Amino acid sequence: MTRRNLRLADRGRLDRSQPIRFIFNGRTYYGYKGDTLASALIANGVALVGRSFKYHRPRGIMTAGSEEPNGLVQLGQGARTEPNIRATQIELYDGLVAASQNCWPSVGFDLGATNNLLSRFFPAGFYYKTFMWPASFWMKYEYFIRRAAGLGKAPGEPDPDRYDKTYAHCDVLVAGGGPAGIAAALAAARAGARVVLADEQAEFGGQLLHSRSEEIAGRPAVDWVAAAVAELSTMPEVTLLRRTTAFAYQDHNFVELVERVTDHLGPGADGPRQRYWRLRARQVVLAAGAIERPLVFADNDRPGIMLASAGRAYANRYGVAVGDKVLVFTGNDSAYRAALDLAEAGTAIAAIVDLRPDAGGPLVAEARGKGIEVLAAHAVTATRGSARLEGVTVMPLNAAGDGVTGGGRQIACDALLMSGGWNPAIHLFSHNRGKLRFDERVQSFVPGEPVRGCHTAGAMNGAFETADCLAQGFAAGRKAASEAGASGEAGSVPTVTRAEPAESPDRVLWIVPSDKPLGEGGKHFVDHQNDVTAADVALAHREGYRSVEHLKRYTTMGMGTDQGKTSNVNALAIMAALRDRQIPEVGHTTFRPPFAPVTIGAFSGHDKGDLFDPIRKTPMHGWHEKTGAPFEDVGQWKRAWYYPKPGEDMHAAVAREVKAVRAGVGIVDASTLGKIDIKGSDAARLLNMVYTNAWSKLEIGRCRYGLMCGEDGMVFDDGVTTRLGEQHFLMSTTTGNAARVLGWLEEWLQCEWPDWQVHCTSVTEQFATVGLNGPMARKLLAELTDDIPLDDAAFPFMSIREGHVAGIAARVMRISFTGELTFEINVAASYGLALWEALMAAGEKYGITPYGTEAMHVLRAEKGFIIVGQETDGTQTPQDLDMAWIVSKQKPDHLGKRSFLRTDTARPDRKHLVGLLTENPSEVIPEGGQVVAELKNQPPMTMLGHVTSSYYSPNVGRSIAMAVVKNGRNRMGDTVYVPLVDRVIRAKVTEPRFFDLEGARLNG
Amino acid sequence: MLLISCPHCGPRAEIEFAYGHEAHIARPTDQEKLTDAEWADYLFMRKNPKGVHYERWVHARGCRRWFNVARHTVTHEILAVYRMGDPPPALDR
Ligand SMILES: [Zn+2]
Repeated sequence: MTRRNLRLADRGRLDRSQPIRFIFNGRTYYGYKGDTLASALIANGVALVGRSFKYHRPRGIMTAGSEEPNGLVQLGQGARTEPNIRATQIELYDGLVAASQNCWPSVGFDLGATNNLLSRFFPAGFYYKTFMWPASFWMKYEYFIRRAAGLGKAPGEPDPDRYDKTYAHCDVLVAGGGPAGIAAALAAARAGARVVLADEQAEFGGQLLHSRSEEIAGRPAVDWVAAAVAELSTMPEVTLLRRTTAFAYQDHNFVELVERVTDHLGPGADGPRQRYWRLRARQVVLAAGAIERPLVFADNDRPGIMLASAGRAYANRYGVAVGDKVLVFTGNDSAYRAALDLAEAGTAIAAIVDLRPDAGGPLVAEARGKGIEVLAAHAVTATRGSARLEGVTVMPLNAAGDGVTGGGRQIACDALLMSGGWNPAIHLFSHNRGKLRFDERVQSFVPGEPVRGCHTAGAMNGAFETADCLAQGFAAGRKAASEAGASGEAGSVPTVTRAEPAESPDRVLWIVPSDKPLGEGGKHFVDHQNDVTAADVALAHREGYRSVEHLKRYTTMGMGTDQGKTSNVNALAIMAALRDRQIPEVGHTTFRPPFAPVTIGAFSGHDKGDLFDPIRKTPMHGWHEKTGAPFEDVGQWKRAWYYPKPGEDMHAAVAREVKAVRAGVGIVDASTLGKIDIKGSDAARLLNMVYTNAWSKLEIGRCRYGLMCGEDGMVFDDGVTTRLGEQHFLMSTTTGNAARVLGWLEEWLQCEWPDWQVHCTSVTEQFATVGLNGPMARKLLAELTDDIPLDDAAFPFMSIREGHVAGIAARVMRISFTGELTFEINVAASYGLALWEALMAAGEKYGITPYGTEAMHVLRAEKGFIIVGQETDGTQTPQDLDMAWIVSKQKPDHLGKRSFLRTDTARPDRKHLVGLLTENPSEVIPEGGQVVAELKNQPPMTMLGHVTSSYYSPNVGRSIAMAVVKNGRNRMGDTVYVPLVDRVIRAKVTEPRFFDLEGARLNG
Repeated sequence: MLLISCPHCGPRAEIEFAYGHEAHIARPTDQEKLTDAEWADYLFMRKNPKGVHYERWVHARGCRRWFNVARHTVTHEILAVYRMGDPPPALDR
């Protein structure tokens, strides 16, 4: 590739004092501050930027904005590498490294380009057709296709960058900072509104940045932009967001934006890389502009073929000629401006090929006057060149515009600027359910009925003249401000004092004909990113995929990362023509957020790693940590899992812990259990309703276990509640369910029983809870308290006593989750560690053993105590769990009561909780294993249920398991099977209790 | 994301709230007398209108109070916010 220099000497908004070095595909190039990667590549003569998705055709830059379908690159290296970044939006910084995508092994020699030759095997619907073959066939294809077609590479390391997230409010958000947006912001801000003006580019100004002759308010347009931005920046209630894309317009004027804060400075710059704005605006002004429409002609995808407006922007804004000899192909006047500006800068214009037979008007006259050849009623029918465009064939059009009259003429050129008209950028308007209307004049969709709180202005309304943009923008800004309550003096509309020549009418040909039938010879690309051609649309039509939604999915039209910004309207129009309908009858697909791709990092912001979710730790957490306990996550809580001694693995540690509890005394940190303080004259009434058993007669100082059901009769929580006073209870909940239970109580109290006198307060974090379990528990506790009598008579099971333990005010309960003699000691959270350490010190001579959640689970399973969420999954009634005893027959009402009578809940063969004892006592069934009664050689087998809990129990001396099994209570003694991948486990159905069946150990 | 006016706290973003499905479903008394179908109707069946929906919300990450909202399910426009126990306002949309 020979080095070329297409830089224009005296054009552009670049800082030429400092060249910037960058690397593309391993080669070093130079550009200037103010360049994008796209403009710098074009300046260096690099036309071939990547390969297309499906056919791997050589592709170059096509646009100068966020609508770019072709110029996607892999940006950056290592952990910072990012795929699918539009070269047109990458501001050049020193040391930038980028590479082509979709090429293997290199952009110049690409094996996948054979896809182009084999393209008859890749028709529309290729993926669907392939999927319809046997699945195994697809698997074989997949490796090759993915390798050859992948869109860039995801980084393999964690993202080292910082992302910020902010919530903001304003009176008026103006999305789009071209002439309409600037005028809107000026009007709204002057009226006194709090304004946010956002634009995706580095500078405000939009199309004015590449206008040359226009003057506004008596000065060059760019100077007017500078003055307006200067005025806005002095206003304290105005926020100017550059490099900020409004990518989603949600309900109630909630707009999501992403600000590229330091991307333009390169990796490792000070400050966050990007900032995700979640903005609520009282009023929104959309001034999103318009996107130029490509012409659909044969082989319209060669590197060097661009939108005309892009060619103009590269010349006037970036100081780059898109080629040495540029051909312009258009059906309208706007492309003439690009030709004239390039010609003025000294670039040769090969010709202007104009679809219009009557090409006239001042711009056409000016071009002709400058000696530029204008070929009216002509079309480009073929293009040549591989790594770069080399020339085109031009033929005269017939009168109808659906064929050519022969006489092809070859014209050499190395760039082609095309314009098929303009599509208003209605994407954001559409996000917010704005209805679109087809505008005959612009031959595209524009906003239809207005949406409340939303105003549209300028080119997105189809108003392409600067004066109209300014007027509409100013009016929209003033109206928005006034509707937001700001109606100060806004001054007058900025006037265009020197306009560009007026444009004459367009001619739109949705498919530019050639001398060959569609689909033979050249490819008429409609969607450049997804390689969808006009012939594909025709094929979809022939195969019956005629609705726009079907067309989209069948051809993958508009489903690339650009969402078809340049292709949608062309595709709809082509389908309409095939169906012989008007475009509005065919309709359009729905535009959905995001307008442009947003990196996941921006969404997560700071919410990653330790900040992803709050971490809750008990007051004794540091002690567990120091002892070397690994932690288990239970909801947001960190719970000590087990306490390994040197040389112990988990299995050994848990075995030691569970034996120690039953032999001596174990200590467990139970602080995470949910605690709700319930007070009021109707407190007992509330408990009667939310639990299945009766609470009115519970004596003060006594505790009771309860099961909580939903109105559907299904168990959703359990725990012990203690009566502290006539109108005062302390409820405990499972660790993970505390917030849900509090919410449940409040919902019923506020919505169904608002006159009941009850207050519920979460006190989970106010108390530290320590469980002392085992035959030695009483002896140990006696050493540390002198005001709580501990004998059975004075302090019976299921009661509470208040006093002091180790000198700390404590509520002590005799409740048990292990079946052992247990004292549960509750102290103020700040004393939790002191209590724990005092018990450990005094307990040393009893061999006190701290145990974690794993041992706790084994111990309770030995006793057959359920864990809600492990034995239950929201489909178990108390009866299913073999706990019919806890459902009061006397109570007239409680939540879920009626549901126990439903035919389905009352049937006797539901899934029941049972025990399983394996035939081989040392074999432990994996939890989740499926239980079957009849074994077959391979699935499917009729599944009866699944194993919910399964452990090796050193205290029972064998493995134990619980399971929910269909009709399980009527299968006692039966043998069932748990088929696994590599073996089958045989087990006997038993009662779900395995140890101390008579409950003798409770009292020590 | 909706903007919801909590009757106690004022306008707040939807993420502060939790949705509590259809409003004005009274818990039946004399449940034993209901057929399974009637009970199931209370338990499971909810309106799903294209239009105004009367529904409950709770300001879960704010004052934790429940209240009622009349919301248009197509436009998401919130037509009324009213307290628990208040009757639904008549909205002829
Ligand atoms: Zn509130």
